[in-house]
Amino acid sequence: MEMRHVTAQGIPYEAWKDNEYIEKLVTELQESGTNVLVGSLDKLINWGRSNSLWPLTFATSCCGIEFVSLGAARFDMARFGWEVARASPRQADFMMVAGTIVHRMVPVFRRLYDQLAEPKYVIACGSCAISGGPFRKSYHVAKGIEDIVPVDVFCPGCPPRPEAMIYSIMQLSRKIKVERFFGGKNRQESQKEFLAAHPIEDVAAANID
Amino acid sequence: MANLQEKVSRLFPEATFEEGEILLVNIPDAKLHDLVKSLRDDCGFDYLVTIVGMDWVSSLGCVYYLTSSLSKEFVSVKVQTTDRDNPMIHSIADLYRIAGIYEREVYDFYGIIFINNPDMRRLFLNIDWVGYPLRKDYDANPEINPVSIENERQTDHTDSWVEQPDGSIKHERPRVFKEDDFVVNIGPQHPATHGVLRFRTAVDGETIQKIDVYMGYIHRGVEKLCEDLGYMQTLHFMDRLDYFSAHNYHHGLCLAIEKAAGIEVPRRAQVIRVMMDELSRIASHCLFIGTFCMDLGATTMLFYTLRVREQVLDIMEKTCGARMTFNYDCLGGVMADLHPDFVKDVKALLEVLPKNVAEYNKLFTGNVIAHNRLKNVGVLSNEDARSWAITGPSGRASGWACDVRKTHPYSVYSEIKFDQVVRTEGDSLARFQNRVDEILQSKGILEQLLEMLPEGEYCAKVPKVIKLPVGHWFQVVEGCRGLFGVYIESDGSAKPYRLKLVTPGLPAAAVVDHITRGQKIADLITIGGSMDYIVPDMDR
Repeated sequence: MEMRHVTAQGIPYEAWKDNEYIEKLVTELQESGTNVLVGSLDKLINWGRSNSLWPLTFATSCCGIEFVSLGAARFDMARFGWEVARASPRQADFMMVAGTIVHRMVPVFRRLYDQLAEPKYVIACGSCAISGGPFRKSYHVAKGIEDIVPVDVFCPGCPPRPEAMIYSIMQLSRKIKVERFFGGKNRQESQKEFLAAHPIEDVAAANID
Repeated sequence: MANLQEKVSRLFPEATFEEGEILLVNIPDAKLHDLVKSLRDDCGFDYLVTIVGMDWVSSLGCVYYLTSSLSKEFVSVKVQTTDRDNPMIHSIADLYRIAGIYEREVYDFYGIIFINNPDMRRLFLNIDWVGYPLRKDYDANPEINPVSIENERQTDHTDSWVEQPDGSIKHERPRVFKEDDFVVNIGPQHPATHGVLRFRTAVDGETIQKIDVYMGYIHRGVEKLCEDLGYMQTLHFMDRLDYFSAHNYHHGLCLAIEKAAGIEVPRRAQVIRVMMDELSRIASHCLFIGTFCMDLGATTMLFYTLRVREQVLDIMEKTCGARMTFNYDCLGGVMADLHPDFVKDVKALLEVLPKNVAEYNKLFTGNVIAHNRLKNVGVLSNEDARSWAITGPSGRASGWACDVRKTHPYSVYSEIKFDQVVRTEGDSLARFQNRVDEILQSKGILEQLLEMLPEGEYCAKVPKVIKLPVGHWFQVVEGCRGLFGVYIESDGSAKPYRLKLVTPGLPAAAVVDHITRGQKIADLITIGGSMDYIVPDMDR
């Protein structure tokens, strides 16, 4: 069977990096098989979702300022339908983790992620979110957010240029296009597996004395 | 300085002195409060710059830096205690309002308890944190303090150690809020707190009664990290504290190290550094105007102000190679020479600046809604500004002429003609207007600098590994938001023994409690925005 060429925002397929990763997802999708009706419905839903991604305004440090630049006239993320930045996690689709996550922030960050409505995605933006970055050796910095929430796209840089951020969100929308919502093992289930492996043991234990 | 030494030694015969660039007074803990009180009341030292916590292994202690807003003179006071298990020093929180917060920071990092401080909680770390991270014997094993996704334990009580009339110390557990206070939580994830800062706000109806500023959501332990790095390597953290004043902070740390190592900076490098400082100031204030107006609901302003900011960033990118974290100032000068287009680009920028500023004023400053929301909101008096250590444009809005470029000129600032922008109203509007005016002030400074830009070397030859002699140094510069200070203590090795960064963000956030009392809760956003704190800057 011919490989489906997944692209986003009209960029030619050959111009993308990491095509192998998307091809792997496509192969997985094709191998698991689905009927024509449900498959087409999936495609329609994915088309809608991948073109109106709403970010959560979440920024802890330097990367957040580049995210502000992304919203302004020069980089203008409104071109791609991402400009509806929401302050409430209940209304947002994805979370751009822009900045360092430190010990005290970890529970708050995890709660924000839990509050995002399904389907939800995470972009680890900048070296601090990916690995702790220049602060990796610090006593109070989490060494990457991968242990706290499942991450969809990594966007390296310190801070990444706004162009890199645009590219990372485009990669995310490409990933959404090869998702499957009906039948089979879908992403929500794999997310549940992750959350089961990283449980919050007792929320009530965080009592007030 | 000799006068001061004479005066102090007459009043406090037990004090010993260390001469240097700044007079250092050694005083036993029992006399500390009296000494600082007499320095404040009789010698005019009305501004506490910082309290540097120290661990000298044989003893723990603090170094207080004080300065006078009249004579501009610095003095430092050193206190030590040899008790490592239960170190105690008397508090000066009743003399300077900001001292309360600084002492909490020292307690957090070194475990030194300040007697009579009414609020001795940890500042940045969780209440269950084991150990005091900046002590030299701190166990950094991540298993002791693991990353936890459990909610952190909260408490309504604080600690206080009060000295009784008979000299004994009594541990008390007062409440942070009154028992029947209605406390609203704002932040840490809130679009108007400009980052991850949390206000626990006690309200009566719509009126704010008290705010407990809860920090540490982006505390990255920069000061401890620096102790493991060479002097060159510490520089890059300066970009990531207040990322708008990256050049200014670099400049400050470079000046401190160069002063200690006796490195001569070529004149061209000095001029370039100051030019970059002023360009950062323009970019920083532009972003402030944009985000501040956005907080008040005028979203469009962000697009107008970011236009100028992008122009500044383009200039920087050509020369420094980055948009935000430049790492441009290095020891002995700057990393690279100016881009050939630099002068042309800056001239083009200076040409459009007045038009842009006029546009901002037309769109926002003169707007009647803006006036209603800003005028007489969050008034900070001159005296309070000094007591709370509010420097920069915010302090100058309260009538305190605290511009370090004028009071303690560094680099080539002494040769440049400019006037401090000072207003006396002390309200949010004055703080806003001060920043708008400073854009034009920076324009004037840049014009003069372009005139005097000399040819020559852009960086002196410095050894790859820099070793400082044994001693300590203190340097202040003007960041975009106020005074930035660097304290370096060296034990003669290639790494700093202690590097303390004094940032304007911490007082600016701490004072929110004071100036919002009695105001409406809707004005909290206005007031917080007008103080223009940067959260990674205060948390470090």
